[in-house]
Amino acid sequence: MYRQKYLFLLPGLLVLVAIILFPLLFTIRVSFSSWDVYNPGLNWVGGENYGRLWEDARYWEALLRLTGLTVGTVLLQYTLGFALALLVWREVVARRLFRVLFLIPMMTTPVVMSVLWRTIFHESLGPLNPILEGIGIGAVPWLSQSTWSFIAVMIVEIWQWTPFMFLLLLAGLLSLPNEPFLAAKIDGAGPIRTFLSVTFPMLGAISVGAILIRLIEASKIMETVYVLTSGGPGTSTETSSYYIYIRGMRDFQIGYSAALSLTYLIIMIVTLTIVAKLLVRALVRDQA
Amino acid sequence: MNRTLCVALTTTALTAGAVNAQDYTKYGIKADVPGACSFEAIDAKDYTGRTLNIITHAIPVIGEPTALHATQFQELTGATVNVVHVPFGDLFQRIMIPFQTQQQAYDVLFYASLWLGDFNPFFAEVPAAYQETSGMKSVTETYRGIATVGGKMVQYTMDGDRHYLKYRSDVFSNPEMQAKFKEATGRDLTVPATWEEYNEVAAVFNNFDFDGDGAPNFGTAEVTKRDDLMFSAFISRVAPYAKHPDVKGGFFFDLETMTPLVNSPGWVRGLELFVAAQASMPPGGTSFGLGDEIFSFGGGQTLMSYSWDDAFVQAMQPDSPIRNKVAAAPLPGAKEVWNRTTNAWDTFETPNQVSYVTWGWSSAVAAASPNQDMAFDYLCFFSNEANTLADLQIGRFGVNPYRAEHFDAAFYQTEMGWDANVATTYADTLKSVDTAQNQVFDLRVPGVGEFMSSLAAGVARAQAGEATAQEALDGVAAEWTAIVERIGKDRVQAAYANVVALEDK
Repeated sequence: MYRQKYLFLLPGLLVLVAIILFPLLFTIRVSFSSWDVYNPGLNWVGGENYGRLWEDARYWEALLRLTGLTVGTVLLQYTLGFALALLVWREVVARRLFRVLFLIPMMTTPVVMSVLWRTIFHESLGPLNPILEGIGIGAVPWLSQSTWSFIAVMIVEIWQWTPFMFLLLLAGLLSLPNEPFLAAKIDGAGPIRTFLSVTFPMLGAISVGAILIRLIEASKIMETVYVLTSGGPGTSTETSSYYIYIRGMRDFQIGYSAALSLTYLIIMIVTLTIVAKLLVRALVRDQA
Repeated sequence: MNRTLCVALTTTALTAGAVNAQDYTKYGIKADVPGACSFEAIDAKDYTGRTLNIITHAIPVIGEPTALHATQFQELTGATVNVVHVPFGDLFQRIMIPFQTQQQAYDVLFYASLWLGDFNPFFAEVPAAYQETSGMKSVTETYRGIATVGGKMVQYTMDGDRHYLKYRSDVFSNPEMQAKFKEATGRDLTVPATWEEYNEVAAVFNNFDFDGDGAPNFGTAEVTKRDDLMFSAFISRVAPYAKHPDVKGGFFFDLETMTPLVNSPGWVRGLELFVAAQASMPPGGTSFGLGDEIFSFGGGQTLMSYSWDDAFVQAMQPDSPIRNKVAAAPLPGAKEVWNRTTNAWDTFETPNQVSYVTWGWSSAVAAASPNQDMAFDYLCFFSNEANTLADLQIGRFGVNPYRAEHFDAAFYQTEMGWDANVATTYADTLKSVDTAQNQVFDLRVPGVGEFMSSLAAGVARAQAGEATAQEALDGVAAEWTAIVERIGKDRVQAAYANVVALEDK
């Protein structure tokens, strides 16, 4: 009789198999084929694609670049998001308006935002360089010099996704109990001490969740790079997702790009699992 | 009496004719041109109850005329025509995947003609009747050649593209600017005949207000952004150094051995000059995509540019500040050309000029289509003489000259209001590309996307200073060798032989 309960799980399991398991298994199978522009289908080439991947310096460079980009942008998003959340947490003038304004970038399509930012960064026609020149800083080669292009991509990412951090951390702040703050006040703690000893530790769990979600999302960065720099100048802004896109969609190396994708997936799962454990140990006191 | 009768009969005949003949000018054409693909001929067909599926580029380039002529075709024949618009980045795979998985998704396909090497096994041959139409017969030999593989015409020509030089004629003819140039270089200001001259002129006219509009101008606008057709710009610069007029048998590869030639001294010289020219580009010019190049030259920011028609057409828009202040010329050449048979540089008194017939949209009918009759009728209607003359006048459509009559300067003067000098240099330049003895065509072999992606990445590394020109192109050559091995030397060689046949004709 109790066995019938498993039937109720069937629809969910079928959906799971259809939308997660099948594409994953198919990708694994494709990665062992040489499916490309002239060899369609699922022939068997063993680990050839994985051997080739091992020697593909451009892939590993892109992965390294992605690591720098992801860590840098997420840390800055967290810091800025936290600061903004603290700003509108307490009673400030036009608090509701600010909360809505801060969320606008996140609600906009990444491609549209990237096109807008590309126009802003445009060194001949965009408005940013004339402003910088007007205030004496001088024009910046935003999209034509390697380091600045990398910074430009970071700026767009930070601008677009800081609101996500803001949203989660503000929700966390609003859910905090009032008693610890009253106790800190009675003990004579100032604002900095209160933040370090009460606010920040109490938001540990939410911080870990927010950082992890953003690390996962940021590591998939694609649209911003595609629109803003196409991976250039040279390969200075080429990330793993963009490189896989080039190999898969532009070059039509379906088998090889499947191997690239799976390797990337495994690296991400392992890395993010380790990062999650470290973050929990560092930020969530109960788990320490 | 007889005279009155004659007048009466003539009047009756004319009136009857007028009643019978349809007025197709409501479709935006000047007049229908009689023939097998004319409005009248297509109007006589009945495809009621049948459906035609078309895949094409996003609106407006090619996508807009596809949709426009699909609507017209639907009205004239009663067919149901579905048009799917796809962004350029997705177009290749959206066509290729149904082909490879044997799904009959589309009857008619619009795509970049350089993908022919990948797609041609899936195309239907253009039937002889369509090859004999007046519209197809007036397609020039160059563009008929592009449509043909192994003697079979598999592409339906509806566009013609090539690279050529565009420059500000008002600046080149300005005595003050001529004096400035002479003072800086010691020679007269002339339209660049070599890429060294191009770089020199660009450097002299860089970063100062040569047109007196209060904003600084710059020497050159070029397509330099990786993965945004930069490879075509690079090939334009390389061709005269690497395509020796007396050496046959391949520009990209040595056809006999399929050894890549991309790291030969001619290619390296072209890349070095491409990199050097970056100093004369506008701010951000080293990451210009095609759109940027169009608006930079077309908006009057730069003195010179070279690519397809778009920037020239943009400059000649009615509201353009530089309308009728531009001119066209063949691509610059080279006085030193690498001879790969003797492994030495050969010197030429008259620069070696190479016409680069690059890209161009094309169309075809899927071999597996059950509607081939209707599909070919649609394509012959799309590209009939009346439609093409109308489409040529709308810059955003992306339809460019490819028939003999399109190289007539009078058309651009009377229909588009261009000044005589502009129209003449434009028509003459296009015609010279079409009839040039030394031509280079795109690498239309299986895996062309992979070859060009690899080339663009290598060139971008040199542009960004990540590698020297030689190092970057050595890397490209190694990748090309691996790609040839992976796809199959025989396959690539067989396809490349078709390209070489066009170049060595």
